[in-house]
Amino acid sequence: MSTDTIPAFESSLSELGVDLVRTTAREFDAALDDVVEQPAVGVPLPFAGVSLPDAVSEASSVDDLEDAATGVTPAGYGIASYGSVVLQGGPEGVEPVSLYGDTHIAVVAASDVLPDMADAIPRIAADIRDGRGEAVVATGASATADMGALVQGVHGPTNVVVVVLTDR
Amino acid sequence: MSADRQRKAAEIRRLLDDEGDSVYANTTGFNDGRYESVAGLDDYEGLKEEARAVKEDAIQRLPELVETLRESVEANGGELYVADDADDANRYIREVVDGRDVVKSKSMTSEELEVNEALETDGSDVWETDLGEFVLQVADEAPSHIVAPAIHKSRAGIAELFEARFDPDADLDTAADLTRFARDYLGERIREAEVGMTGANFLAADTGTMALVTSEGNARKCVQATDTHVAVAGIEKVVPSVEDLRPFVELIGRSGTGQDITSYVSLLTPPVDSPSFADGALAPGDDREFHLVLVDNGRTEMREDDDLRETLYCIRCSACANSCANFQHVGGHAFGGETYSGGIATGWEAGVHGLDAAAEFNDLCTGCSRCVDACPVGIDIPWINTVVRDRVNRGEDAEFDWLVEGLTPDADPGGVDVQKRLFGNFGTLARLGSATAPLSNWVAQSRVGRAAMERLVGVDRRRELPAFRRESLVEWFDARGPQVARADADREVALYPDAYTNYVQVDRGKAAVRVLEALGVRVSVPAAGESGRAPLSQGMVATAREQAEAVYDSLEPHLDAGRDVVVVEPSDLAMFDREYERLLDDADAARLAADSYEVMEYVYGLLENGADADALPDGDGERVAYHSHCQQRTLGLEPYTEAVLEDRGFDVVTSDVECCGMAGSFGYKTEYYDLSVDVGESLADQFTALDARDRTVVASGTSCLEQLDDLLDRPSTHPVQLLDAVQSR
Repeated sequence: MSTDTIPAFESSLSELGVDLVRTTAREFDAALDDVVEQPAVGVPLPFAGVSLPDAVSEASSVDDLEDAATGVTPAGYGIASYGSVVLQGGPEGVEPVSLYGDTHIAVVAASDVLPDMADAIPRIAADIRDGRGEAVVATGASATADMGALVQGVHGPTNVVVVVLTDR
Repeated sequence: MSADRQRKAAEIRRLLDDEGDSVYANTTGFNDGRYESVAGLDDYEGLKEEARAVKEDAIQRLPELVETLRESVEANGGELYVADDADDANRYIREVVDGRDVVKSKSMTSEELEVNEALETDGSDVWETDLGEFVLQVADEAPSHIVAPAIHKSRAGIAELFEARFDPDADLDTAADLTRFARDYLGERIREAEVGMTGANFLAADTGTMALVTSEGNARKCVQATDTHVAVAGIEKVVPSVEDLRPFVELIGRSGTGQDITSYVSLLTPPVDSPSFADGALAPGDDREFHLVLVDNGRTEMREDDDLRETLYCIRCSACANSCANFQHVGGHAFGGETYSGGIATGWEAGVHGLDAAAEFNDLCTGCSRCVDACPVGIDIPWINTVVRDRVNRGEDAEFDWLVEGLTPDADPGGVDVQKRLFGNFGTLARLGSATAPLSNWVAQSRVGRAAMERLVGVDRRRELPAFRRESLVEWFDARGPQVARADADREVALYPDAYTNYVQVDRGKAAVRVLEALGVRVSVPAAGESGRAPLSQGMVATAREQAEAVYDSLEPHLDAGRDVVVVEPSDLAMFDREYERLLDDADAARLAADSYEVMEYVYGLLENGADADALPDGDGERVAYHSHCQQRTLGLEPYTEAVLEDRGFDVVTSDVECCGMAGSFGYKTEYYDLSVDVGESLADQFTALDARDRTVVASGTSCLEQLDDLLDRPSTHPVQLLDAVQSR
């Protein structure tokens, strides 16, 4: 990762109306508390020394998902030039948790933020060959222009926040 | 006018009134977004070439890739079924669904199958969850655009529709209200459904991965919430590997709706194992069923068809629709067939539903070529339209065969519609018209003459006809001879006298000769005949080829003598540069293309290489409004005219419409007159805006000049005439 990847990521996200929050493993809980609205659901985070804060619980029903104001998931990669996060779903529920809350908070390690699509596709391809069956390149909020004007927040989230773990 | 022409004209007028404004606002928004978004890429052309190469390779190796994909899907735990046709696909899908309720994300291939209707016969509830498709499902209407299917509907129209159908508790005043209502309604359907059906934008053979390009999130939900996933895709969607997806991921959103990337590009390797919904609980997703239905439905035959094959490279991005002036004004309900719409739809409809389906709307492609550069895989969409038109011509019987076959000298068979045959033989018409002028003009322009032309051949009487000049450009030049001695000449040029410049717009031809001579060029004007543009635009390929060969034979000695070929009419230069490679031997076509120049491009080159610019009149700040010709813009030649005029002191603004709407014969045809004028008004509006209304109007193409003359109160000329000392003052 070059030193300007995170600023480039931040600038792309800002054009999409997405906030980027920088934090460390140690300060993660406090950083998340600032952006989480209740009720909040999440899936376990795979980063060393990082876990879901108490304020975020795992979903156990469809109602939990539909009622959620916030969904917290890890992202496998960030793509700086597009402001995208790569959501690698599976049994732990990244896909529904990232889809149903009004706000989706994606947590990504700084070392996984890649400069461009040309860097991301080979990594995603390698993960697919390793058996990861889902990768959604998600960029900004869900959106539609089908109702006569651009509307953000359709079937997916209305807001997205990206939390970058600067020491991971 | 014939009943068929009358019916078409009435339908187009209805769509212009009812849907035109909404379609125009949306498609021009997408098109502007495309220009802006692709400008942000470091190597747009390189990505397009990469995308094209992947598709060429994939279609070439298709049978082998389908087998590789089958192995991958089966190894992942899914099933792959190749369906011969729509019935076969529907039979398989009905068996899988077995009467259960289905939620669908947007898929044009599923529209091609009409699978919803097939499933409903078994008692399945089938819901479209893409909001645009949902609106159409409720309204019982067909898509008017392949990516944004309901662009013909306004917000108010959708609100009315929802209120009538659902009688909602809350008011649906804003787009956000409508979106929330639809999401909640469809959210319940997604929760209840057992089968999720999607399309697939791309399929990677090596891993069995499918790409879904979406923005709303409904496709993700349809797959995740259900325990059976059915994906429907044409066989042409297969590419070799996941890595091959990269150029498409970067190009598809930019090319279509002008987004750098859509909100969600799902790369799924099904069956996926996200938890599904079962009775309100989250259930393990590890036994999800996956069925990939690959639909042939004519595609294998398209693959074997040298002219239709390129259609299979199409990634359904909609760039060809959004960049098309006619489409922008009338939308896919006119410019579309049974399933597909826009320029490439002619290829799809001909291949999938048959020639008749394509024949309904194929004439709306004027060959302006603005889609060619917009297409991310570089499909020659105008050529596909031309070939299909040729096939339609050959497949039909026309009412006046006995009459026109005897009178017209073309090489095409009897089936050609009489109107097409008239316009296709413009060169002959112009020669005869010139030889008998002014009598020919009096007759043609008399009330009786115009009424007869409208009734018999569908030439709209509201359109002013070109007036043929008694002395052609070639005759004028032969009488005066070259004015620059060979010994004094810096270069030698053969000025190509296209039929318009030779017989109608003779003054611009004379201006071109004098401007070139003023810059030290020895000019000759060989009687080279018509380029073949006129018959080609009517789908008369055999005639076009004959004419192309004759033109080449006339120009070859000039090329041998080291002369450059200079062309005034951009549509004829485009023939030399683009279409002749389809009509002539490769070497001949390449040679002529390499040595041919648009007149203002050539003037620019002369000035850059030391010709004395002061030999041309000084523009002295004259304010000019310039409309470049569509095919000229596709060839990237518009900047030369701007540069030369600015260099000579003119103050230039340039239009940014894709096409003037006249497009050769198109604007003369009774059934298309109203559309042609509607398209032209967009250009006229730009030239009557406050900053432009006092500007001198110049345009490069004959058609553009005719359209502007009809729509503006002030005259228009070719830019070279501003540089001609004789005509400019």
